[in-house]
This record gives sequence, C-alpha cells and structure tokens, in this order.
Amino acid sequence: MSLILLAALPFLGAVFPALLIRAGRDASAGAAGMVTLIAFIGLMTNAPAVMRGEVVTAQIDWLPALGLNAHFFLDGLGLLFAGLILGIGLLIILYARYYLSREDPMGQFYAYLLLFQGAMVGIVLSDNILLLLVFWELTSLSSFLLIGYWRHLPEGRQGARMALTVTGAGGLAMIGGMLILGNIVGSYDLTVILTQKELIQSSPMYLPALLLILAGAFTKSAQFPFHFWLPHAMAAPTPVSAYLHSATMVKAGLFLMARMWPVLSGTDAWFYIVATTGLVTMVVGAVIALFKDDLKALLAFSTVSHLGLITMLLGFATPYAAVAAVFHIINHATFKAALFMSAGIIDHETGTRDINRLGGLRKLMPLTFVLATIASLSMAGLPPLNGFLSKEMMLEQALHAHWLGNPWILAAVAVLGSAFSAAYCFRYIGHVFLGPERHDYPAHPHDPGPGLWLSPAFLVLLVILIGLFPQTMVQGLVEVSAGAVTGGYLPDHLKLKLWHGFNEPLLMSTIATVAGLLLIWAYGTARGLWDGAPRPEAKAIFDRVVGAFTDLSRWVTDGLHDGTITRYSAIFVLFTLGLGWIAYTGGAMSTADRVGLTASPMVVVGWFCLVGSTACVVAFHRNRLLALVILGVVGLMISLMFNFLSAPDLALTQISVEVVTIILLLLALNFMPRETPAEGGGARRLRDVVLSVGGGLGVGGLIYAILTRNPATESISRFHLENSYTGGGGTNVVNVILVDFRGYDTFGEIIVLGIAAIIIFAITEACLDGPVRARLLNRRPVEPPAGDTHPLMMVVATRVMMPIALMVAAYIFFRGHNLPGGGFIAGLIAAIAVIMQYMASGFSWAAARQRWPYHGIIGSGVLVAAVTGLGAWFNDMPFLTSAFTYVKIPPLEKFELATAALFDLGVFLAVVGAVMLALESLARYAWQPGMVSEFPMDINPERDDTPSEDGEETR
Amino acid sequence: MMTVELLFSSAVGVLTAAGIYLVLQLRTFPVILGLSFLSYAVNVFLFASGRLVVNQPPILTKYAESYTDPLPQALVLTAIVISFGMTAVVVMIALSAWLSARDDRVDMENEDPPPDDDEDGETGSEAPS
Repeated sequence: MSLILLAALPFLGAVFPALLIRAGRDASAGAAGMVTLIAFIGLMTNAPAVMRGEVVTAQIDWLPALGLNAHFFLDGLGLLFAGLILGIGLLIILYARYYLSREDPMGQFYAYLLLFQGAMVGIVLSDNILLLLVFWELTSLSSFLLIGYWRHLPEGRQGARMALTVTGAGGLAMIGGMLILGNIVGSYDLTVILTQKELIQSSPMYLPALLLILAGAFTKSAQFPFHFWLPHAMAAPTPVSAYLHSATMVKAGLFLMARMWPVLSGTDAWFYIVATTGLVTMVVGAVIALFKDDLKALLAFSTVSHLGLITMLLGFATPYAAVAAVFHIINHATFKAALFMSAGIIDHETGTRDINRLGGLRKLMPLTFVLATIASLSMAGLPPLNGFLSKEMMLEQALHAHWLGNPWILAAVAVLGSAFSAAYCFRYIGHVFLGPERHDYPAHPHDPGPGLWLSPAFLVLLVILIGLFPQTMVQGLVEVSAGAVTGGYLPDHLKLKLWHGFNEPLLMSTIATVAGLLLIWAYGTARGLWDGAPRPEAKAIFDRVVGAFTDLSRWVTDGLHDGTITRYSAIFVLFTLGLGWIAYTGGAMSTADRVGLTASPMVVVGWFCLVGSTACVVAFHRNRLLALVILGVVGLMISLMFNFLSAPDLALTQISVEVVTIILLLLALNFMPRETPAEGGGARRLRDVVLSVGGGLGVGGLIYAILTRNPATESISRFHLENSYTGGGGTNVVNVILVDFRGYDTFGEIIVLGIAAIIIFAITEACLDGPVRARLLNRRPVEPPAGDTHPLMMVVATRVMMPIALMVAAYIFFRGHNLPGGGFIAGLIAAIAVIMQYMASGFSWAAARQRWPYHGIIGSGVLVAAVTGLGAWFNDMPFLTSAFTYVKIPPLEKFELATAALFDLGVFLAVVGAVMLALESLARYAWQPGMVSEFPMDINPERDDTPSEDGEETR
Repeated sequence: MMTVELLFSSAVGVLTAAGIYLVLQLRTFPVILGLSFLSYAVNVFLFASGRLVVNQPPILTKYAESYTDPLPQALVLTAIVISFGMTAVVVMIALSAWLSARDDRVDMENEDPPPDDDEDGETGSEAPS
C-alpha cells in the first residue's frame, strides 16, 4: 500500500465509526477496527522491503519552492513505530468496545481515536519535517479530545487542557528548532537532513536547535520537569491511557530523538542533556510511582520512569544503547499496555482504582491476576520475561558510561531507579491481588468477559515469547530499526538473548530486585517518610503559572481594547497618515506628465454644490434629519460627476443606490433620537479636526498625484475593450466585464449582498424576539402625524408609477449588455418601484400582496447565476464562460441571445431580494397593532365610513 | 488654470475629511453618515484610478475613437452596491443596539447604563405606556 494512502487512511476512516454508531456500537467498533486492520495490512505489505534494508518512499510535491512537500518514507524505525501504533490500536479498539459504557458516545470515541492514530502514523512516516510538525500538532489536538473525552468530569477537562498546554508549548519550541535545522541544511527533507551531521554539529545554531527540538520531545514524552501532565492525563478512559500514554503518543518524543539521533547525538551537549534528563526522570518517576495509591497514577509514573530510561539510553549515543532503547520501546509497549488494560479491568469490575480499597483479588479474579502479574514482573525486570532482557542491556550501558568523569555514579543511580521500579511492580501485585480477601469492594469483583481480557492476554503472550525467544521474535525488527536510528552502525555480534552468564548487570539487577523486595516489605515506614517529606505540587505550580499568563494577557487585551471605538478609529487614521508620510518622504515621484482638463463654469458650480453640501452635513450633523437630506444632495452630485466623467453606468447605479440608502436611513431615523447631543470637549474636537483635515489632504493629494500622471505601465483594460464585443457579445464594456470577464467576482458579490440582507433579517428577528418588541409596540410618535398616513394622491401616483417603473427596470435590464444599464441597476430600480408601494399604502397592505419571500428571491438569483455558470461545464469550458448568438425573428430586428443575460438575471434577482429584505426587515420595527389597515389609503371614495374620524387609522 | 483634476481631487479630499470627522463622533448616527462619506470617497477614488476622461464612455460604437478605462468602473459599480449592503447592516446593528440598550454611544468608556430619563424628553421615541 502506498505510504500516502497509509497515512491518510485513519483520517478518511475516522468518518465511519462516527456515522455507523447509528447502526449500533458493534458496527462502530467494527468500522474502526476494519480501518486499522486495513492500514496494518497495508503496512505489512511494505514490511518485507524494509526488513531487507530498503527505504520505501512516496512523494507529492506541493510547494517545492517553500520546501513544503508531502514526502513520506518508511524505514526500520518507522516500521517499528507504525506497527506498534496500528497493532496496539487494534487491540485497544477491541478492548474499548467492551470497556466503554452504554452512556459513552462511542462513535465519537472511535473517530477521535482514528484521528489520533492517523496523526501518529503521519509523524512516523513523514519525510518532510514541516509535514512532521503538522502531524505532531495534530497528535496534541486529538489527544486533547481523547483525554477530555469524559467531558462531564472536571479532572478530564483540566487534564486535557494541561496536556495540551504542555505539549503544545513544546510543539511550538520544536517548530523553531526544526526551522533552524532546515535553515542550516537548506532542505526540509529528513532524508537529506540526516546525512548532514558535520554541517549541523559545526553550526553555531546547533545548540539552540537542539534545545528547542528537545523541548518538544521532552514535553511530549513527559520527561522531568515536564512529567507532571501525564498523570493528570489519566483522567481519560483507560483505553486512551493504554494507547496514548503507554504505547504511542508519549513515545513520539522518543521517536523524534531516535529519528534525529544520527545528526544531533554524539556531542557532549546531547549526552549531558538527554542522558541526565532521562536518568533523573527514571528515578523521580519510579520513586513517585511507588507512593501512588491510584492504580492508573502508579502506572502513569512508572511510564514516566520507563520513558526516562529509554531517553537515557538514547542519550548515551552508542549503537548498543540504541539497540537497547529500541528493544525497550517494544517491550515497554507490550507490558505497559497490558498493565493499563488490567488496571482498567480492575476498575471496571471492582468499581475502584484505589489500592487502599483493593487487595485479595487473587482468587476473585484469577485470570486478571495472572495477566497483571506476568506484565508486572516483566516491568520489574525479572527473567524470563522481555523486560528483563532490555533492562540488563540498560544496566550494562549505564555501567560503561562516565558522567563528568565519574565511572560509577550513572550505574549506581540506575540501580537505585531499578530498585524503586521493582518495588512499585511488587506493590502492584502485592497490594492489589495478594493479601486477605476483603468484603467491602464497591462492586462484586469477577473476571471480565473475553472482550476485555483478550487484548491484554495477547500482549502478555508476547511478553513471554519475546523473553524466551528474543531472536526469533524481534531480532530482525530490532536490527533494522536500531540500524535506522544509528544510520546503519550496529554493534558486532548483536544477539538478543536471555542468558548472558553471571556478569555485572545480573548482579546489579539482583541488587535492585532484592532492594525492591525490601522496600515493599518496609512499605509502611517508607510511606511514612514520603508523606512527611515536603514536595512541590506540580499542578498548583502549573495553575499559578497559567493564571499569571492569563492575567497578563487580560491586562494587555484590556489595555489595548478598552471599547473606545473612536480611539481605535483615531489611532487607525493617525497610523495611516504616518504610513503615508513615510511613503511620501521616502519614495520618489515622477513628474506630472498628464495634461489636465480645463474646468468649465458648470464643473465649478458642481464642485461648489458637492463641497458645500458636504460642509453643510458636517456643520449641521447634529440635526439628523437635515443632515440626511443634505447627504442626498451629496449623492446626487456624485452621480452627476460620474455622468460627466464618462461613467454612465456608475451614474445610474449611484443615483438608484442613493434613493434606497436615504429611504433606509430615514426608516432607521424614525426610531432614533432626532438630534445628536453635543459631547466631548474642545480638545477632542481639535483632535478630530486635525485628523480629518490631515486625512483629507492626504487622500486628496494622493489622487491629485495619480490624476496628473499617466499610468506607469499600460492598463489591462485594452484587453477588455478589444474583446468585449467579439468575445463577450456586448458593446457596454462595463457590463460585459461584470457579467463575463469578471463574472466570478460578480457572483461572489451578489452572494455577499445576499448574506448582508440575511444578516439584517436575522438581527431583526433576534431583536423583535426580546423586550424590544414590547417597547416598540408601546411607542408613541414624537410628533403628531402630518396629515394622512397613506395620502390618496401618493397612493394613486405610486400605483400609476409602478408599471412604468417596472417597465423602465426591464428596459434598463435588457439594454444593459450594449448600453448603460444591467442587472444591478435594473434590480435597484425594480426595488424602488416596490418600495414606493410600501411607502404609499403601508407595510401590511403591500406585504399582503407580495407573494414571494425575499429570501427566496435572493436564493433564486444566486442559483440562476450559479446554474448559468455551471452550464459552461457542459461545453467543456471553465465556470461562467459565456456564450451568445444572434437571432432574427421577423418582424423584430436582429437581437442577441446571451447566457450573460441569464447571469445578469441572477444578479437582478439577488439585488431586488437583498434590497427589499433589508428594507422590509427595518420596516417591521414600525408595525403597531393600531396601524394595520387592509385599505391602501386613508380616504377611499368607495367606502362610506371615513376612518380618519374615529382616529384609529391615523395612530 | 483651474483643471477638473484639481477640483476632483479637492472634492475627494473634502469627502474624506468629512467622513473621518463624522466617524470620530461619539454617536452611531453620525458615524454611519461618516461611513457613507468614506464610501463615496473610496468609490470615487478607485474610479479615478482610470484617470478622468470626458465624453468617452466605454460603450463601443462605430464613431468613437477612444474610450475611458472601463475596468475601474466595473469594479466600482459593484462596490457601490456592496457598500449599500454594508451600510444597511451597520444601520441595523446601530438601530438594534439603540432599541435594546437605549444607548447610541459608540464607545464603552462608561460602564454604567445611561440615565433613563436623560434622552426621553428630547427623542420621545419611547414612553412608558
């Protein structure tokens, strides 16, 4: 199977368990299992080649110029890890099916699990380090979801957040380190980077890169002092703990160190940082584990300890230590996953994980007892189990390593760690299974069904088999993966075997085991000493640090965003002015080479109207109605200006938009205060004046500079002018650009317009749901209504106007392709025609005669435009390619049929719908019970009663 | 000599200045007016990037010898319609804020709710029933 498919498969497959949960929990689990099984088989198809020493690759170039490529490769190390991830994943999926209860959303669980699996497989298969970083972050995110799976538990949420914070921070550091590394080498491909040992280690940036990458690896693999998140992550369901926190995610950091081993290791910095951290973690983890009462916490700290052991081995940087590290990774995954699952079984069947409440389960749960005991003894490093083999190798290596010239300290501390390690393993057996049977278990303990014990039993079988027959079972795999770590250097005569004769490691191992037995024998005394000793509580420190950062962020945010929007605007204007000033003083300007147009007196008059009305709006802006009326004059002048400057389409659009805008603002003003109170002191006004005059001078100067110079390069407009008629079939170039050349833009714009209208509708709906509705219903007009609400003359006039206006709209629409006009303008005119009816005859009357909802009109407009665009696909043309032809039907003149007209129809409908929906929403605010009138006008000659007399209608 | 370019540029400057001045005001309504002015200014500015040309509309005919630049016109045409849509949204937000909170100040400097009786008298848009 291609590696790309292999990496993608869990992600693609994550959909199935989530969907199939409706078919039952077995279907969901089965789907997750099938996906994993297929991926596992796919991996195995590549295994023979890898075992022969080949490297399988798969490549997709995405952005080669930036070094962003989806390159994957599979070597021994990748095979080992991918095998662990998928193999143990299968066991976990089976186990989780029977572990999770009926209330747990199982589809979600398996979907998260597969996402996580995909991210992990991605990490171990990535050849490109940027790609690796993406997968790395994905494991942090998906593990967040898994740890917080029981979201009703506060511990789950806190643990998930802590894990995400710590591993996410480490991931951030690692991004920095990886980028430095890529910079040193000049490539982001691992296969290239791994060959550049001398270049990297001689670079002055080697140490920063190393520190940053190790920060990522240490946080992920819970190395001291970042170990504290792992025990808190145990709030996750046990299958998650068994999967993430024993076999896979915490091993990602180890994987990374092993992956980078060929280029980063071998220096003093590597040895002292990595080996020392590993050693300290190993001992600290083992000591804490011994004194934990929660089964899972004990296992969590034992995991921390074993991760430290492997880290230390990688830190030694000898080929033999690499072999030991790889071997221990395999062994740890088998016995630790089995132990987690057995802890889950105990929790499941007895209802508690508290060691103080357990004990004597030997006879009640014999099967679990056997499984847990074998796995524990392997973890303790007793023969003939697999833990023994790798532990002997570790002790052997510790014996040969010198720490700051001291030949024995490493070995001594390693033995100390092993002693505690043996002690907590014995405690797991002794305090849970041995001892007298109790009568106060929270539940009635008994062995579980095969669904729960099959997976750990399989792993325990591996524990024994690897211990007895290491060469048959794993020799080959260890060789290729250790070879991949070391870059091909393997120790001579490498033979994994159970019995090496009586030698120093065996002696050390015996000392450690005996010491462990003594510790557990004197557990009460040791516990008393431990409980009496002061020790820092990692969670409290973490909470304080996070709290301090939260306060800092809040302080900065509150300081910058204090809600004073005028201040933001002022800063924005000032900043823009500053930028403009820098550009003006720093850049060079060409000379003005464009001859200006002489202004006729009419132009000067127009200028005075525009500038004068603008000044009036500013001067009288406190009187809102007056300001609004004068604003209309400004719009009108701009429309005339467009017309004068050869832009008839713009003039038509501007004037119709102006009408609609003013109506909209008038409607809004109806509900708002009529006057703006004078506020703010003289200083503020001075600031406003300075900023606005500065802005005006800047913009005016800029456009003057542009207008007095010819374009530096030729405009692309020539293309549009030349092809408008021949290619687009229209002589109105502006319209052809809108519906043809840049049809995709227009398509987007009508969608934006539609969204804006629907936002307005939604705001109205939300607002009218609340207390605002009552307030509006009880509203009284500020001034008495001026005469008739629906005057006879206006009603008659607008009714007469309606067909004429619609006719004009149709005319403007049809001629748009060749003469000024088009869908936008026609839409606005048609909307105005309808609005006139609303204004003259009242909302209720008009709304009752309007049969199509405006949302539908917007939607149909967008659909018509889209379908027109899709039509091009049937002619094998790109989206929105237009076609046209000329038709002659006697007695009509020859006329044109163009798909662009259909597209323009979509524009027309969207504009009508959007404008009407916006105004109708606003008008609904005005509705009051007394205002309803089924009559179009207040005085109807056909009626006898005159409603104005009883005053009802005029309210 | 007074050129059209000079008049045009100064008008754009005045529109911008008016827009900025109004946007910096403290109440929603002047801010909306200011945004309208800024829309005018920006649309006109973009339009003018095709340079000012008189009597050469981009309508292809047999008689015309040259045309003005149609591209800025097409872009500005949709911009005008979109700016209407955006103005409508802002108006709606301002209006709803006024109706639900009875406050049309744009700043949040003052955390206390505005005094109830302060604006009733002059606006009258609301009265206890």
